[in-house]
Amino acid sequence: MQIKPYLDRIDAVNKKLNAIIYLPGFVGLEGSRPTKPGKVITIKDNICVKDEPTTCGSKILEGFKPPYDATVIKKLKEAGFVLMGKSNMDEFAFGSSCETSCYGPTRNPWDLERIPGGSSGGSAASVAAGIVPMALGSDTGGSIRQPASLCGIVGMKPTYGRVSRYGLIAFASSLDQIGPLTRNVSDSAMLLNVISGHDEMDSTSLDLPVPDFTKSLVNDVKKIKIGIPKEYFPEGGMDKEVKKAITKSKDTLIALGAEPVEISLPHTEYAVSCYYIIAPAEASSNLARFDGDQYGLRKHAKNMVDMHMNTRTAGFGSEAKRRILLGTYSLSSGYYEAYYLKAMKARTKIKHDFSDAFKLCDVILTPTTPTPAFKIGEKIDDPLSMYLSDIFTIPANLAGIPGISIPCGFTEAGLPIGLQLLAKPFDEEALIRVAYTFEQNTDFHKRKPNI
Amino acid sequence: MKDYEIVIGLEAHVQLLTQSKVFCGCSTKFGLAPNSSTCPVCLGLPGALPVLNEKAFLHAIKTALALKCRIQDIIKFDRKNYYYPDLPKNFQISQYDKPLAYNGYLEIEHNNAKKKIRITRVHLEEDAGKLMHDPGKGLSYIDFNRTGIPLLEIVSEPDMRSPDEGSAYLQDLKSILQYLKVSDCNMEEGSLRCDANISVRPKGEGSLGVKAELKNMNSFKAVRDALSYEAERQVELLRKGESVVQETRLWNERKGITELMRTKEETHDYRYFPEPDLVPLTVDKKEIEKIKRSLPELPQAKKKRFTALYGLGKYDAGVLTRDMEISNFFEETIKLFDKPKKIANWLSGDIASILNERKTTIGETRFKPAHLAELLELIRAEEISGKIAKEILPEIFRLGISPKEIVRSKGLKQIKDAGELTSVIDDVLRENKKSIDDYKKGKKNALIFLVGQVMRKTKGRANPKIVNEILKKRLDDGG
Repeated sequence: MQIKPYLDRIDAVNKKLNAIIYLPGFVGLEGSRPTKPGKVITIKDNICVKDEPTTCGSKILEGFKPPYDATVIKKLKEAGFVLMGKSNMDEFAFGSSCETSCYGPTRNPWDLERIPGGSSGGSAASVAAGIVPMALGSDTGGSIRQPASLCGIVGMKPTYGRVSRYGLIAFASSLDQIGPLTRNVSDSAMLLNVISGHDEMDSTSLDLPVPDFTKSLVNDVKKIKIGIPKEYFPEGGMDKEVKKAITKSKDTLIALGAEPVEISLPHTEYAVSCYYIIAPAEASSNLARFDGDQYGLRKHAKNMVDMHMNTRTAGFGSEAKRRILLGTYSLSSGYYEAYYLKAMKARTKIKHDFSDAFKLCDVILTPTTPTPAFKIGEKIDDPLSMYLSDIFTIPANLAGIPGISIPCGFTEAGLPIGLQLLAKPFDEEALIRVAYTFEQNTDFHKRKPNI
Repeated sequence: MKDYEIVIGLEAHVQLLTQSKVFCGCSTKFGLAPNSSTCPVCLGLPGALPVLNEKAFLHAIKTALALKCRIQDIIKFDRKNYYYPDLPKNFQISQYDKPLAYNGYLEIEHNNAKKKIRITRVHLEEDAGKLMHDPGKGLSYIDFNRTGIPLLEIVSEPDMRSPDEGSAYLQDLKSILQYLKVSDCNMEEGSLRCDANISVRPKGEGSLGVKAELKNMNSFKAVRDALSYEAERQVELLRKGESVVQETRLWNERKGITELMRTKEETHDYRYFPEPDLVPLTVDKKEIEKIKRSLPELPQAKKKRFTALYGLGKYDAGVLTRDMEISNFFEETIKLFDKPKKIANWLSGDIASILNERKTTIGETRFKPAHLAELLELIRAEEISGKIAKEILPEIFRLGISPKEIVRSKGLKQIKDAGELTSVIDDVLRENKKSIDDYKKGKKNALIFLVGQVMRKTKGRANPKIVNEILKKRLDDGG
């Protein structure tokens, strides 16, 4: 198997999609490097690859090539993967539409007028468009699951601590997690096997044995208890076609022997506001290092403070600036207790909601997103409504639990719809089993965009 | 000045003695080529994450226990956010509302009185890099070798009442840290740094005056001088009816004054929040007890033991125990030569000045307890004089060979044989007729002069007691 067909596919569709922003360094040097079938992958641009551009879709990291590989990249290289370039993303993963990248928006392969979701939009689009079989993304509030849902593929956010974050350029350190985007559940299980495991370079990665996730590729959900949280099926505020597809998916699983359980996650309504305090607070601190001193963009000035200000003013896009402002504000003395501390308390309540719920069920079933893919430009000037597209995915990040989005239907206009499954910490196996069974008994994953 | 009371609190920053940095594996060695001991973590490169150095953590716990502190049940780290180019992440990993340890004390002894200085908090953090400026070229350089070296901050309550007390506290703190082997406390190399809070108030006043924070004091002398200067400055202001302004001031060593650095209005909002990249940790109560039991004998206890066991005075015991190496050296020497006071005199006298001159510690030299014991034995047996002993001391330090050997090879052994001395004495008497006359006229000092002449001619080797006896006899006998 040769690399060339992949490069040809990139040539054919990437101009339309803008999914890949950097081709791998070996292109042009040894473009015909042989590879094993399937082991070709795109990498979200916030994951460090040694000596390859890594910019988080931001002008401020212009020219930055990390001198080291992220732990997941090391593992991929050791497993013989070929890295087929860096995929586009919302700047620093701030967004749900992949429109805030300094390289311009990525388009949805199902409808080029629409967004692919975000922030791992480039990763999702490159898989959906058949450029590569799989991609790595990162998920802070839904950034893997939401674009997977809108692009009709499988996207999984592992448990916080399952995959090393070493080398992932942080957005919100307590929420970020790297995970796979693939065309089917089997590939997700396989890729998760490769990237999981304790890493002594990441104190937050857990020292737990990693099971062979492909062993969970079992076509059987009999007796598995599926929790249906009433808070995730709100009256109004949710697309009718999405609601219909999710209800039908639930029925499919019940028909296959799963047992539905009504559950409640009472603090769900606080999740989005809680998230938009914690995530920007951490981001404001994480992004402080981009000041033009050591690497990336530098806008010269007569003195250091002006140089820092010019660099940051020119380097960050408006959404990044908005979040830095938000975070700086909520951490400021006098506001910390009212905002950050309160949000941390709400986070604990949300966590408890889930641990209570998992006493009653094995997995929780919800929609991934309230609507299918929206039009490019539709929400870009309305941050609040943009933030609400992550309303169903954010709680899992706050609670640190694993979640997966799988294709579960299409709108009449032919846009994909995603089903989200959540499990208790470190029980990705339950997700894989239920997702795999659903996939084996439906054919939504077989449909391909016409591009 | 005497109508006012000085109130001082000190904030010490101590570099912990570890092989590697606090959050990465880079070497902590001092004096390496700039930026040669760095990695993605301490350079704060995007994507890099901190991992706590267990040794640094244990050093911190040890120190806290030696300072009688309570250890926090759950230990977490916080980010202190501020922009400065020596701080590559533009935040420092530190500890804010829950320092690793709190509520301790250190007992100092000053002017023969014991006093407890309360310790407010002890916390662990990372050091920043070093900026170097080249004003000629208008350029600044950053050396990140120091970035991430483990730093322990030890904050005292405002319990000290004079610059001398402040200095005594710092000295005792340094001794404890050295005894614990957690830091080498070298103020010149910056492994011990100190800031001070100082205010003054009329004697008898209950509430505290407005304080100034002093920085940039790089030696014990600088701490004392800066505190004295600042106390006087503040008293002067109050005398003139003006008021002290809360501000941060820098000690200018060259000018011998403190200068304004920033006012309170310019103080930062550090926007502290819990460091999400490090997980909170707990130390088992049993583990704490185990560490407590493993602490070495500390200076205070050793001092007490030295006075009781060796009959030393408080002063001598204090000088010897201030430096752990010296105190160990003392005890090793005693095993070979059982005259504590004599050993103490040598250690706090000539030996101390050699160490001082060479800016080294006794462990780093080739001078060993056996050398000192042998030297003292030579004096006791009147093989050499004290003067010769002092003269050959630097050579023993330099070569690390036995005093006996030096005495032998240089022929420095004392001349006690009367026969051997007679010819020298003859010469001296022949050359100093006037002194003989003087002596006979009753000027007894002439004898001392003549002894001196004999000593000079024998290059100090003659036994002065015997020379004295022979000379006196000869003069009195009239010959």
